[in-house]
Amino acid sequence: MAEHARRISIWDPHIVRQAVIDSVRKLDPRVQFRNPVMLIVEVGSLVTSVIWVQELIGGTGSPLFTGQVAAWLWFTVLFANFAEAMAEGRGKAQAAALRKTRAETLALRLREGSEETVPASALRAGDVVRVVAGQIIPGDGEAIEGVATVDESAITGESAPVIRESGGDRSAVTGGTRVLSDSLVVRITANPGSTFLDRMIALVEGAVRQKTPNEIALGILLAVLTLVFLLVVVTLQPLALYSGAAVPVPVLIALLVCLIPTTIGALISAIGIAGMDRLVQHNVLATSGRAVEAAGDVDTLLLDKTGTITLGNRQAVAFVPAPGVTVQTLADAAQLSSLADETPEGRSIVVLAKQFGIRARELAAHQAQLVPFSAQTRMSGITIDGREIRKGAVDAIARAVEGRGGILPHEVRAQADQIARQGGTPLAVAESARVLGLVHLKDIVKGGIRERFAQLRAMGIKTVMITGDNPLTAASIAAEAGVDDFMAQATPEDKLKLIRREQANGRMVAMTGDGTNDAPALAQADVGVAMNTGTSAAKEAGNMVDLDSNPTKLLEVVEIGKQLLMTRGALTTFSIANDVAKYFAIIPAMFILALPQLAPLNVMGLATPQSAILSAVIFNAVIIIALIPLALRGIAYRPLGAAAILRRNMLIYGVGGVVLPFVGIKAIDVVLVALSLA
Amino acid sequence: MLTESFAVAFTILLTIATSLPLGRYMARVFQGERTFLDPLLLPLERLVLRLTGIDPAESQDWKHYARSLLVSNVVMWLCIFAVVSLQKWLPLNPDGIGNLEPTLAFNTVSSFTTNTNLQHYSGETGLSYFSQLFAITFLQFVTAATGIAACVAIIRGLGGDRQSQLGNFYVDVTRATVRLLLPLAIVVGALLVWQGTPMTFEGAAKATTLEGTEQVIARGVVAAEVAIKQLGTNGGGYFGPNSSHPYENPTPLSNLVQTWSIAVIPMAMIWTLGAMLRRQRLAVVLFATMLAIYLPMVGFAVAQEGAGNPAIARLGADQSTGSMEGKEVRFGAGLSALWGVTTTVTSNGSVNSMHDSWTPLGGLMPLVGMWLNNIFGGVGVGFVNMLVFIVVAVFVAGMMIGRTPELLGKKVEAKEMKLASLALLWHPLAILVPTAIACHVWATTPDPGTALGWLENPGPHGFTEMLYEWSSAAANNGSGFEGLGDNTPFWNIGTGLAMLFSRYIPILAPLALAGFLARKPTAPETAGSLRADSATFGFTLWAVVVVLGLLMFLPVAVLGPIAEHLALGSF
Repeated sequence: MAEHARRISIWDPHIVRQAVIDSVRKLDPRVQFRNPVMLIVEVGSLVTSVIWVQELIGGTGSPLFTGQVAAWLWFTVLFANFAEAMAEGRGKAQAAALRKTRAETLALRLREGSEETVPASALRAGDVVRVVAGQIIPGDGEAIEGVATVDESAITGESAPVIRESGGDRSAVTGGTRVLSDSLVVRITANPGSTFLDRMIALVEGAVRQKTPNEIALGILLAVLTLVFLLVVVTLQPLALYSGAAVPVPVLIALLVCLIPTTIGALISAIGIAGMDRLVQHNVLATSGRAVEAAGDVDTLLLDKTGTITLGNRQAVAFVPAPGVTVQTLADAAQLSSLADETPEGRSIVVLAKQFGIRARELAAHQAQLVPFSAQTRMSGITIDGREIRKGAVDAIARAVEGRGGILPHEVRAQADQIARQGGTPLAVAESARVLGLVHLKDIVKGGIRERFAQLRAMGIKTVMITGDNPLTAASIAAEAGVDDFMAQATPEDKLKLIRREQANGRMVAMTGDGTNDAPALAQADVGVAMNTGTSAAKEAGNMVDLDSNPTKLLEVVEIGKQLLMTRGALTTFSIANDVAKYFAIIPAMFILALPQLAPLNVMGLATPQSAILSAVIFNAVIIIALIPLALRGIAYRPLGAAAILRRNMLIYGVGGVVLPFVGIKAIDVVLVALSLA
Repeated sequence: MLTESFAVAFTILLTIATSLPLGRYMARVFQGERTFLDPLLLPLERLVLRLTGIDPAESQDWKHYARSLLVSNVVMWLCIFAVVSLQKWLPLNPDGIGNLEPTLAFNTVSSFTTNTNLQHYSGETGLSYFSQLFAITFLQFVTAATGIAACVAIIRGLGGDRQSQLGNFYVDVTRATVRLLLPLAIVVGALLVWQGTPMTFEGAAKATTLEGTEQVIARGVVAAEVAIKQLGTNGGGYFGPNSSHPYENPTPLSNLVQTWSIAVIPMAMIWTLGAMLRRQRLAVVLFATMLAIYLPMVGFAVAQEGAGNPAIARLGADQSTGSMEGKEVRFGAGLSALWGVTTTVTSNGSVNSMHDSWTPLGGLMPLVGMWLNNIFGGVGVGFVNMLVFIVVAVFVAGMMIGRTPELLGKKVEAKEMKLASLALLWHPLAILVPTAIACHVWATTPDPGTALGWLENPGPHGFTEMLYEWSSAAANNGSGFEGLGDNTPFWNIGTGLAMLFSRYIPILAPLALAGFLARKPTAPETAGSLRADSATFGFTLWAVVVVLGLLMFLPVAVLGPIAEHLALGSF
């Protein structure tokens, strides 16, 4: 992947500074109201503080202890706010980088034949503007006239310029990008404030962040756990009263805060924002958090063959001479016919011929006439020093040769079929009426793609290759690339049908696309990644846009989606598992005075009841800070099957989540005692 | 101890082994397939359906199913309330037993309609033969069948693919009664009669004792009632002392038959699920997960009761046969401990020893059984309760594998989570809040012993008595810890309400959940989807049940049994 200036270090000082300020600002109950778990902690902090003040004034109770509990409860809320603010800060930093590209520009608006200069912000959808070399494109739109090279590095980070031209699939232009050469007439398609860039900025900033379905469901689980623990703690007072062990309110609040899932409650929104952020780091923009989650659920990937599975172009890999013709002769003729052929296929023939000792020649020294490829003849070639050399599709060459009284030897025909069966494209070479042989053109499968598909298979994701090739060729490439299935001679309608069929079987489908005719399929797919080079119709239809226009990115998108959910699940498990140790710290401590026989339950050997309770509260607060990097980065992701991943994560976050706090609380207790704080 | 452990192990193995074919038979019954008992029972089933005018072809969605369940239960409640309130004037009352007082009637009828069988009256003196047969025994059949029907409907929902029909409640209840409970009850009843359990319409026997005094010995239609009380996880005994009474449970063999009867249908239900969903592996995983909680509980209880009570040992009494206070010599400490754990995990509630007299830690196991309430559980409702925990486990585990959570290929979303949460929340609420209220009332009443008359043993044991009563009501278990003066309006109405809500909320919420799941498409299983039938998921589920149970109930366990146990050392 390309270098990205957008990677931001976890503890970027600017972001941290702003996050510290924001975490205090977020104490506003109206903000906390969105997160019931943290709201309860805040209310608890407030009540404990009031009790602390009462104790200070009245000289009752143990203000040192109550004060510390109150302080750590406030820290718990602040740490949670900090986590969220950090994630938002990172999003804002991304957005600021994007916003720089949106500096106010002037536009040449074409109206009734005349041109007028207006600020870009005055443009409305439907306006037509001319953008000439050196100018910045004033808004999202569609090129309706002209061809130009455009520098889109502001958006994609990719420095190589791209071609934009009217008509076809490369007509969409993005506001904020710069025309390098030539000029374009662009019809603006978005009003100011709702351009692609604006939406992107709003999303990464988290301004329009809506909770995803999974976040809502998890929120319900966390709320019910909170309610259960509220129930446990609230009923504890009368129960304890019966046992003659009335518990001070700050202790009850401490227990409550330790039990409710504060760890995940504090980090849940940071995880969500960070997921979006990781996607942006990969230069993919999602239109909603929901799309990111859906990416984790994908069961079927539809991948275009060209560009995703194979390198864009076919390459010559072998010369297959006709009977009675030497390879040298064939290579020589093929090279001659390709010297002026600037297509990648043509160039690859020249390269291959070199291996047969045939050097590139200077055409100017010869009497040469180029015959360009035409759709009618489906041949190209050269007439040089009287030799008429042609290359083209086997059928076309056969027809041409037969027209001159020659014949295509049946051995050549058989070998052509053989090449096609292997997934190659046979290219016949003829001189006058004589067929010299075949050039074996082959799709080159991208390096490492087979391993990627094997990983996907292990993760339970089915890959389907989409290609316009005939079934024979498609099958061969599919086998070489290791995809699970393929669709040959695919039309956009076929694609749509395939998606619908997969979805009817309960599968979630992801695909990439760039053309306008891909739009229905992109819209139908659960995850539709439109290429930034594609048409605006495609971009509107999909729910993600890949700024690098790299179809292989789909694989990363799936991984990011999975990682997001895994992080959420792992921290939920961790949060609940932590409670066991906290119970063993607090329960004996709160009853020990009334029921001294409970001493053996203090399995951690914590020094005093107060140190035990404080240690649990401190651990509960500190763990939030400790987990912020994990929440922002996401947990380690490995492409394994579900069973292996579950085993691994249960071990680390489940079993580890039970054990770790026993160690942590004990350590804090030792420190507290050493500092004589409890 | 060795012989006892062997007897315990044999009983468990026998029950597990026989639950498998029974579970398969049940699956065939509820899927309308042919069974070997068809020639005998099919005509009976058809007769019942024809008499009641039920159309077996009519299928119900979850709302209709739930409505039928509720309506039939309300009607039964009203009828039975009338019976016990008017039994004095009804036939089959040779001993001239009076009507139940209204709050006791409310409690009793709620108790039996909810398959709880908490008894604030003493069977042989509180109810006439007519009430025993047509109120109690009838409800013991039908409420067990109701639980099974609900479970079957939920299983159908889990297996459904974009459909909303869950079956027909009335047909399911009829099938459960006629083709499952009735034949089993006849066999078990016959075995009990063979072992000496009475089955007679004659009034109490009068005998002259060696001392020359006249003794009245209650008897009646015992065998029939005991058979269904065990098979249907009802637990309400014919006699006050329940299955520790020599007429209800005369011999070690009758004890074996009854222990088997308590657990066999709850265990078989898991195999039924496996067969109906065609997921045998899932059934194995669920069964193993439940065993992994049940067996340690049994082992712990057997060890505790077998080790004896140090407080009694200090008085000089021999404890080599274990803690025998409140236990029957013909069963011994081991089989009593097995029964106590089995009857509470399954929400049966019958007893063959007095749980009040168990050692504190041994006595914690029956409490744990009721707190979890999903380890095999009551007939049908056991799996229904477990489903809530499965949803939570699936949710957490599903996210951890990087997918939005799916249960058997169906997405678990906000709506399902809400329903699961309701059931999850209700159980601790129904136990902790009333116990807290009771404690508060006790702690704030001056001289509570005389004023309220609830507790004979204050301190942690008294706390456990109250906690046990509410746990028993909330778990629809019905066993009593005794030692609690519970026939008062406070306990009658309080536990009556607790039983009613704790029956219907945990059935209706999962039923709705299954209804929603049934409508969703089932995603095909791939290497990337969460396999609920894997050992790892079994462990996850186990951990969720254990950790959530621990978190909800550790404080009360500490204040009650654990405090009592730790105090034993300081006597």
